[in-house]
Amino acid sequence: MSHHIVEVKDLEYSYPDRTPALRGVSFRIEHGEAVGLVGANGAGKSTLLLHLNGCLFPERGTVRIGDYPVTRQTLPQIRRSVGTVFQDPNDQLFMPTVEEDVAFGPINLQLPPEEVEQRVVRSLESTNSLHLRQRPPYRLSGGEKRSVAIAAVLAMSPDILVMDEPTSGLDPRARRRLMDLLAGFTHTKIIASHDLDMILSLCPRTIVLHQGTIAADGPTAAVLADQDLLLRSGLELPLRVQGCPICGRSCGGHPRP
Amino acid sequence: MTRIEAGIGDLDTLDRLAAQDSPIHRLDPRAKVIATALFLLTVVSFSKYDIAGLTPLFLYPAVLLTVGLVPVRVLLRYLLIACPFALLVGVFNPLLDREIVVRWGGLGISGGWLSFGSIVLRFLLTASAVLLLLACTGYVAVCAALGRLGAPHLLTMQFLMLYRFIFILTDEGSRMVRAHGLRSFGAGRTTIRVWGSLAGHLLLRAYDRGLRVHAAMLARGFDGTPRTLRVSRWSLTDTAFVLGCGLFLALVRFGDPVDRLGSWCVGVFR
Ligand SMILES: Nc1ncnc2c1ncn2[C@@H]1O[C@H](COP(=O)(O)OP(=O)(O)O)[C@@H](O)[C@H]1O
Ligand SMILES: [Mg+2]
Repeated sequence: MSHHIVEVKDLEYSYPDRTPALRGVSFRIEHGEAVGLVGANGAGKSTLLLHLNGCLFPERGTVRIGDYPVTRQTLPQIRRSVGTVFQDPNDQLFMPTVEEDVAFGPINLQLPPEEVEQRVVRSLESTNSLHLRQRPPYRLSGGEKRSVAIAAVLAMSPDILVMDEPTSGLDPRARRRLMDLLAGFTHTKIIASHDLDMILSLCPRTIVLHQGTIAADGPTAAVLADQDLLLRSGLELPLRVQGCPICGRSCGGHPRP
Repeated sequence: MTRIEAGIGDLDTLDRLAAQDSPIHRLDPRAKVIATALFLLTVVSFSKYDIAGLTPLFLYPAVLLTVGLVPVRVLLRYLLIACPFALLVGVFNPLLDREIVVRWGGLGISGGWLSFGSIVLRFLLTASAVLLLLACTGYVAVCAALGRLGAPHLLTMQFLMLYRFIFILTDEGSRMVRAHGLRSFGAGRTTIRVWGSLAGHLLLRAYDRGLRVHAAMLARGFDGTPRTLRVSRWSLTDTAFVLGCGLFLALVRFGDPVDRLGSWCVGVFR
């Protein structure tokens, strides 16, 4: 299916206050690929992801999702196929209860009520937050909010899953659970994160952003083992690739799959 | 907890009450919106000196309150918060309008005092009717009902956004106040300059948050139509409720029940 392809060509974007955030970014992500997006703070990760669901429009260059270029006219189709988990879950949870919030997307897709209910239960279960169902979202802890925000996006069954720092604010168990969940999600996924160990285990391919340009794009194992490249881009080797803190021996930059 | 944080707790009390179950809650939101609208119209249609005519209307909030399981305490607290505005509107009437209209024994009551009383009564009636509507229905459901009743898209959208914005504003506000409190070490007075900067930041931050929330809503397929989880159907009970309310209001407005009751009592005791 050409449905779940993401193609970005010469994308440039500056914020209204003239902060240049993206200066010529191009890549193509095939159907079913899982791609990690890494880069220092302010490298432009969030800005790039906001272009993939039409929250921002390119100043120059194009973004294509499947068969459609991202423009105002194609927004309904784009938003049906791209599910975005935003960086700050506070921005994403806006209904009076968790249940209503998760149902928000499916209701807007105008699904029948039983189907909506089913999706709400299923997606809350998959993020282990079904017990939060009746709670108001702004009363939850950071990690709980994150889980609910993810459930809210999964409830729309997107073809392409875009996540901005999904593991930040999660405790180790919740992080592990999320990683298992994402590993089971076979559609295209794009994950921006500082959690390089997660990227290493979830995404075979990694794109490194540095000051609004692509510094590297290739197999994760190679990219995340390149110490020079990572240092230049304001990052560090993932723990798993670093030498053992006790004996100092390195596993040679060959992370086990 | 700062006072602002406690304030947020207050704000969502109505939504939590709306999640209860009672005969009133089970009514179609549209029926409740129509009844409330009729009630508001009736209240404002009374003349400005008519206090006696208004009093029977208190039956309406009293019934909703009891059947709808809304604690009196909650309603009173909200009324108390909003009360200063009503007082402010009415407070000059006694000074401006000194003509005596009613004599009660030796006591002359001026038109100003009467209209002041009527403003306060009307405020109590209208505010409790709206609060009860929200407490028995929920904000989003009320907006959705307004939309289904044919209110302009833009209006319901504005209402929805306003509601979201209140939460965003208080949320950002409480975080900023906390951050400020943590670094000012309780140092007595906060200067005007700092307050000004805090307030300016608050608006900008809330505005940014508002944009991001809106983006998140759009990303999940929001097209401007407020929709709710349970779409209710209009039933016979709803018709009965609206008719009942209409009848009661018509009786109070045109039937002059106080006079009737009065003359009836006089007749009985003679
Ligand atoms: N709303 C905004 N207005 C102006 N500049 C912004 C805004 N959001 C982000 N930026 C700037 O754009 C650049 C990229 O930001 P962002 O995409 O959020 O980075 P990342 O998510 O990689 O940390 C940064 O220099 C940041 O300061
Ligand atoms: Mg970011």
